[in-house]
Amino acid sequence: MTDLRHIRNFSIIAHIDHGKSTLADRLIQLCGAVSDREMVDQILDSMDLERERGITIKANTVRLDYTAKSGEKYVLNLIDTPGHVDFAYEVSRSLAACEGSLLVVDASQGVEAQTLANVYQAINNNHEIIPVLNKVDLPAAEPARIRQQIEDVIGLDASDAVEISAKTGLGVPDVLEAIVNRLPAPKGDRSAPLKALLVDSWYDPYLGVVVLLRIVDGEIRKGQKIKLMSTGASYQVERVGISRPKREMVDKLGPGEIGFFTAAIKQVADTRVGDTVTDERNPATTPLPGFKPAQPVVFAGFFPVDAARFEDLRDAMGKLRLNDASFSFEMETSAALGFGFRCGFLGLLHLEIIRERIEREFNVDVITTAPSVIYKVNLNDGSQIELHNPVDLPDANHITSIEEPWIEATILVPDEYLGSILKLCEDRRGRQKQLTYAGTRAMVVYDLPLNEVVFDFYDRLKSVSRGYASFDYKMVGYEEGDLVRMGILVNAEAVDALAMIVHRGRAEQRGRVMCEKLKELIPRHMFQIPIQAAIGGKIVARETLSALRKDVTAKCYGGDITRKRKLLDKQKEGKKKMRQFGKVEIPQEAFIAALKMDEN
Amino acid sequence: MRSSEPGFGVYVHWPFCKAKCPYCDFNSHVRHAPVDAMSFAEGLVRELSWFGERTQKREVASIFFGGGTPSLMPPAAVAHVLDAIAKLWPLSPEAEVTLEANPTSVEAGNFAGYRSAGVNRVSVGVQALDAEDLKALGRQHSVEEALAAFRLAARIFPRVSFDLIYARPGQTREAWTAELARALAEQQGHMSLYQLTIEEGTRYADLYAAGKLIVPDEETGADLYDITQELTAQAGLNAYEVSNHALPGHESRHNLIYWRYGDYAGVGPGAHSRIGQGSDRFALSTERHPETWRARVAADGHAVVEETRIETADQAAEYLLMGLRIADGIDLARYRQLSGRSPAHLAELTEMGLVSLRGDRLIATHAGRRVLNAVISQLAA
Ligand SMILES: Nc1nc2c(ncn2[C@@H]2O[C@H](COP(=O)(O)OP(=O)(O)OP(=O)(O)O)[C@@H](O)[C@H]2O)c(=O)[nH]1
Ligand SMILES: C[S@@+](CC[C@H](N)C(=O)[O-])C[C@H]1O[C@@H](n2cnc3c(N)ncnc32)[C@H](O)[C@@H]1O
Ligand code: SF4
Ligand SMILES: [Mg+2]
Repeated sequence: MTDLRHIRNFSIIAHIDHGKSTLADRLIQLCGAVSDREMVDQILDSMDLERERGITIKANTVRLDYTAKSGEKYVLNLIDTPGHVDFAYEVSRSLAACEGSLLVVDASQGVEAQTLANVYQAINNNHEIIPVLNKVDLPAAEPARIRQQIEDVIGLDASDAVEISAKTGLGVPDVLEAIVNRLPAPKGDRSAPLKALLVDSWYDPYLGVVVLLRIVDGEIRKGQKIKLMSTGASYQVERVGISRPKREMVDKLGPGEIGFFTAAIKQVADTRVGDTVTDERNPATTPLPGFKPAQPVVFAGFFPVDAARFEDLRDAMGKLRLNDASFSFEMETSAALGFGFRCGFLGLLHLEIIRERIEREFNVDVITTAPSVIYKVNLNDGSQIELHNPVDLPDANHITSIEEPWIEATILVPDEYLGSILKLCEDRRGRQKQLTYAGTRAMVVYDLPLNEVVFDFYDRLKSVSRGYASFDYKMVGYEEGDLVRMGILVNAEAVDALAMIVHRGRAEQRGRVMCEKLKELIPRHMFQIPIQAAIGGKIVARETLSALRKDVTAKCYGGDITRKRKLLDKQKEGKKKMRQFGKVEIPQEAFIAALKMDEN
Repeated sequence: MRSSEPGFGVYVHWPFCKAKCPYCDFNSHVRHAPVDAMSFAEGLVRELSWFGERTQKREVASIFFGGGTPSLMPPAAVAHVLDAIAKLWPLSPEAEVTLEANPTSVEAGNFAGYRSAGVNRVSVGVQALDAEDLKALGRQHSVEEALAAFRLAARIFPRVSFDLIYARPGQTREAWTAELARALAEQQGHMSLYQLTIEEGTRYADLYAAGKLIVPDEETGADLYDITQELTAQAGLNAYEVSNHALPGHESRHNLIYWRYGDYAGVGPGAHSRIGQGSDRFALSTERHPETWRARVAADGHAVVEETRIETADQAAEYLLMGLRIADGIDLARYRQLSGRSPAHLAELTEMGLVSLRGDRLIATHAGRRVLNAVISQLAA
């Protein structure tokens, strides 16, 4: 256990890809926590998906021992956080466990939307912030200009920002010195009753449920009886440990420290992130402020491609949910797709990641239906229902009004692309709130209906700005809208899984794009197939997929029939990835890809 | 076509060619040093006797020399093989003996010798009646040479086939109509008219993938196919198979064995066999590389590298794949017996006019044939 003066707790925050995890690597190495032989790039990104995509999804904590130039020995708790907006929640709980932040800014790209979003969160948490200008090894790096930008855009003093290359290690020792010299030590009372913030919890195949804690007051020890304040449930502590990043067991943890414990906790759902952990016999009187749990904002249906694998899908989702409380699911049935689940996600990347994990780790192919936001539907009888699925929308004559969620979006963009970005926001029913310049970069703030953003806004934003615009958002509330349900008919049969709720003024255009997309995605059949979008009984868009004209193997003689048969078998396999609607086979990608609408 | 009883056939593969055509994915090899033809013929004979033991007493209805280019075989080699077959199996008095011939003047010189050896049908690979296209196809003969070889063959052999490839790069409807009309004036009762297929692993496939080879699109391809059907029908040739057209009695009996899903023994490098034994059916194939094949045969008496029992469900699929290609279609009772069920989507496909029932035979209609792959995939679903 370390005395408070020699502890420093900090999060590394930044926009996506500005080099947080790479900086963490260098800090870990300099502190000798991992031998060179065991070192790999972005060592804290330990999930396969994180490694493959090169992004951080889960925040990760590691304890480092550092001997400062002054000769004093310190314990550093580092939390590497994700940059993607879908995982902003990971950042917020990491910040609550620390006193300071390293704000990493790519010295060639400068301040981006998540830089802003994350730094403001850190400021709200009363963090001391050390700006770090990364990637100075790049020829395009302009540290002086970016320093100025940090001052202009964020209003943060950047005169003593540290210039580094996390890749080469240049300047990283200065970061360590800045951490011990500039960040405050945690405060806390060792003799007070135990009071600790439940930062995170997950299921570990060897240890069971593991709870990550930040101790505020008191101590946690092996054998101690503790209590979770929100539920009142108590447990006996079995193990106490820290991550270096290899797990190491310790006897106890004291104020200011970050570490984990295990007890006979049955499931992750029994622990609530943000809760206060205290001593059972000598409890703290008031809980810590805590924070709100992550709320899913996007809902979509997941159906097994092979209907027989419904139970396997349920099983897979249950297992993933164990370690990801922000993902929710409940059973759903679709006329077209049979049994499946309605699932809630933090955003589309989150959705994609869960789907990929189900397919890869559990080997269940899934059909994903149109993502939808949560609508509030006011009915004639004065009641209100929350709508997660367009299919459940009651009949129009029972409805008084429909409310939809709005977000406040902050977009940073070089001014040459500003025009396209403004047009995009206007097309999506946006309302401009603010437009400011810092040098040649514009910052625009728009209120936008979330419904217009979930499907493909981010892709469009990137494409109209050639990748230069960045985007962050937060929820601002609900507002009534002129919303209708648009159905899709394929060969005159309604495909419920493709229905969506749209703004009346946008229906025709979205219907048209949707029909065009489906026309590309559905393979030609032996007959012609009309594809229509309809509101109530009124067709608002129509495309026709022409019939297959010729598809026959010219040369089929000579004895090698086996090869031809294997082709047929392969085709059959392919058919398994399709769903039959009346006489039409629709491939699984159609359900999600149809929603990625390229409007130009 | 008289009977729908397939009969038993023997296939003999000759794996050598003068040059490799860029579209071809057959097991063909080019050798710069002269090929010791008699040693290969000896290998064929040995492998034939191995198969003879496995298929005793079956009457041979047809023999087919395919390739590669069997017209590069010395007539003595052909005679040696035919003699061996006659000793191993009873030969039907009307047995068809076909040889695939490339129409260069050199090979035409062998025709009389083949006839004396017992060949009674040749299939002449004219491929195109356009000088530039022949060059593009990598062919070793001119239009004139090909026509001369074909006319010679027609004088020597009782039955001949005139073979062309269409839907070639740049080929228009008008060009094909004119070319086919010329070919129809030459043919002697049988034509094989294959739409050019880009086969994996060929030079054409690479060019195609690189965008350097443009073939007619689906619409044009469909029109070319329709033109082919129309013009051959006007000339009185029946489309007895997707790509094969013949006057009554001129059909290739050998290929009909395949399409009727009969039994056949295939010898030579990379040859395939289908052999029934009791209620079981086996698929065999031999080593593809010619010299390796020869060595294996010398050592073991055969070069069969794969032998699998075909599950009845797979037999059903194979029967469907092959049988729907021909005008006779398939015998539903036989299909049901193999697969344990009727073909799927029958009513639907019938209603769409893609298949029809004639007694207990299921037949692909003209419209159905044109999209046969899709039809089969529905029936087999
Ligand atoms: N040239 C150069 N590249 C760097 C430097 N630091 C990081 N990178 C590269 O930038 C990319 C992103 O680095 P990460 O460390 O994964 O970034 P991150 O901020 O953790 O990303 P997220 O977790 O997805 O938000 C990787 O390709 C790194 O190799 C640097 O100092 N110089
Ligand atoms: C294996 S070749 C053997 C005959 C001889 N070697 C020749 O080339 O004429 C048999 C026939 O298949 C056809 N063929 C080969 N490759 C083809 C392709 N890629 N597309 C269409 N037909 C093809 C040709 O018409 C050829 O006559
Ligand atoms: S001559 Fe015939 S078998 Fe030989 S390569 Fe050409 S097409 Fe193929
Ligand atoms: Mg990272």
